[in-house]
Amino acid sequence: MRAAPSIPEEELLAPGHRACAGCGCVLAMRYLLKALGRNIIISMATGCMEVVTTPYPETAWRVPWIHSAFENAAATAAGIAAGLKALGKKGIKSVAIAGDGGTADIGLQALSGAVERGDDVLFCCYDNEAYQNTGIQRSGATPFGAWTTTTPIGRVKRGEDRPKKDVPAIIAAHGAPYVATASVAYPLDFIEKLRKAAAIEGPTYVHVHAPCVPGWRIDTNKTIEVARLAVLTGSWVLYEVEGGQLRVTFKPPKRRPVVDYLKLQGRFRHLVDEEIARIQRMVDEQCRRFGIE
Amino acid sequence: MKQVLTGNEAAAIAAKLARVKVVSAYPITPQTAIVEKLAEFVANGELDAEFMKVESEHSAMSACIGAAAVGARAFTATSSQGLMLMSEMLYIAAGLRLPIVMANANRALSAPLNIWCDQQDSMAVRDSGWVQLYCENNQEILDSVLQAYRVAEELMLPVMVCFDGYILSHTAEPVDVPTQEEVDDFLPPYKPPHPLDPARPVTMGPVGVPEYYQEIRYMLQEALLAAKDKIIEVDREYGKKFGRRYGLVESYRSDDAEIILLTLGSLSGTAKDLIDRCRRRGERVGLVRVRTYRPFPREALVKALRHAKAVAVLEKDISLGWTGALFADISCALANVEGAPLLLNFICGLGGRDVSPLQIREALRAAARAVEAGEVRRPVRWLGLREKLVGLRA
Repeated sequence: MRAAPSIPEEELLAPGHRACAGCGCVLAMRYLLKALGRNIIISMATGCMEVVTTPYPETAWRVPWIHSAFENAAATAAGIAAGLKALGKKGIKSVAIAGDGGTADIGLQALSGAVERGDDVLFCCYDNEAYQNTGIQRSGATPFGAWTTTTPIGRVKRGEDRPKKDVPAIIAAHGAPYVATASVAYPLDFIEKLRKAAAIEGPTYVHVHAPCVPGWRIDTNKTIEVARLAVLTGSWVLYEVEGGQLRVTFKPPKRRPVVDYLKLQGRFRHLVDEEIARIQRMVDEQCRRFGIE
Repeated sequence: MKQVLTGNEAAAIAAKLARVKVVSAYPITPQTAIVEKLAEFVANGELDAEFMKVESEHSAMSACIGAAAVGARAFTATSSQGLMLMSEMLYIAAGLRLPIVMANANRALSAPLNIWCDQQDSMAVRDSGWVQLYCENNQEILDSVLQAYRVAEELMLPVMVCFDGYILSHTAEPVDVPTQEEVDDFLPPYKPPHPLDPARPVTMGPVGVPEYYQEIRYMLQEALLAAKDKIIEVDREYGKKFGRRYGLVESYRSDDAEIILLTLGSLSGTAKDLIDRCRRRGERVGLVRVRTYRPFPREALVKALRHAKAVAVLEKDISLGWTGALFADISCALANVEGAPLLLNFICGLGGRDVSPLQIREALRAAARAVEAGEVRRPVRWLGLREKLVGLRA
């Protein structure tokens, strides 16, 4: 057994921000700051976390932070890293943070560019599986079957009809030295992965699964339970790819049926048995690829 | 030392002399040679900078924003579609008050695709909050890039140095290149007031709520207007040191002119030549060149133009659905001026179409006819238009 990572009590994300009660993403931000500490500069994409933490003249950030646009968190962070290098400033990590839309869709090009160039940037995607900030529209990271405002449940179409885009695999395919997935329900695992990523000079990527209370139609006290069930059912797999080697960091002891995860969420309420069975088959296939029973 | 340089080379050498720390580059014709040259400088160890080979112009400007935010002097160059792709970030660079300097080799916009010169690209982003300088020759490109960093860093505003694609970018002229010591003496290192620094955390680019947004925009506008005085101040100091001055606007034989050509960029060179010829024939014509287009030098232009009977505005851009952009601006600037001259607009040289002295002559004649008639019947005309092709003539 390994020792648990030390987690500082210090809060670098000040209270008083405007995140929803039970927000999974703001938890991810807190953990990220606890993992990485003060010697970072954050470049954040437009999105929930940007909006709720910085209503001028207030800010929740006790570390240097910049927001410039939606699709360019990685490019701005790459410029920060280059600027720090050019000025000879050592020991400061450039960190890019974006939601799933700012990562999987509109921000993918800038992210791909930064990783391919080998820029010294840690990119963290907080994945709440839709454009929640603009009011729950589907993104490339929305899972199959989910209701969103742009994948409504109608007579002809029934929710999202495409599987979730696999961004970690895309980044791993770039040959990034470190790629990991994480979940807000497993903070120690998340923190360890962030620290590992930050210690590497070069492009690293951590993708954290974080429930959205209004978007997933869950109760405010179910955030962690839902996030944990995503992992326990095999819907979301915790792994890391280091030097090209993939390692699952948490294997659920006995995989729970996917319906346990789906039934807690209003966004899947419309699903009939046949559709749930199809999602179960998709999850089974995913788990088979990761060697999870 | 005099060197024979293309406009692109002049821009690259100026960036090197400015000791830029981060160059963020993406290729686009006709600018590409600037970033190629800078890549060479970095590869040879002649320039100590990070050369970022970004994957788009949008990222080129984003990276400049990141670099400038931590306190590194940043440079990029672009043209045309590249400028359009980064236009979102131009507004943001200005809104964040980051002193980035960019060279723009002016090129037409698609569609149809066209790689040749006109000024529709930079005109399209004239409202972005950037200072815009338009150069007449390669010497002015080099001098303007050096001046740009002083203006940018003293006011915390980005500056775009515009020059005509091919006509300047690819044409070699003798350029007086100052020594590194001379430039260091003129341009001190960049010291940002509030860099992103863990020792003193700041939040940059927060959400501008309605209670504050308008004031933040007002302050940006004030800074941009203040740039007029700053450009003159920096230009004066530069003149003392290097013997060359440009001002906000340049007046050429226009003090007693009845008809004045108003131009931007390299077109002024051709037009000045024609003015000389007309003057030899005793015609009272002159030229005023807008060097600083944003902030718009209203006072200087009113002073330079108000005594004329007519002003012919020649420009390589069109604000589609209206007039040329410069014409609209000068009309506005002269709106409440008593006895203001008649104004005529000539759209010319779009997409690399050559603007000949004959065409400029045609503009002067039309202005003379308007003066005779005491009115302008057709305020906007296109010079050198192949009328048969567009069905204006059988």
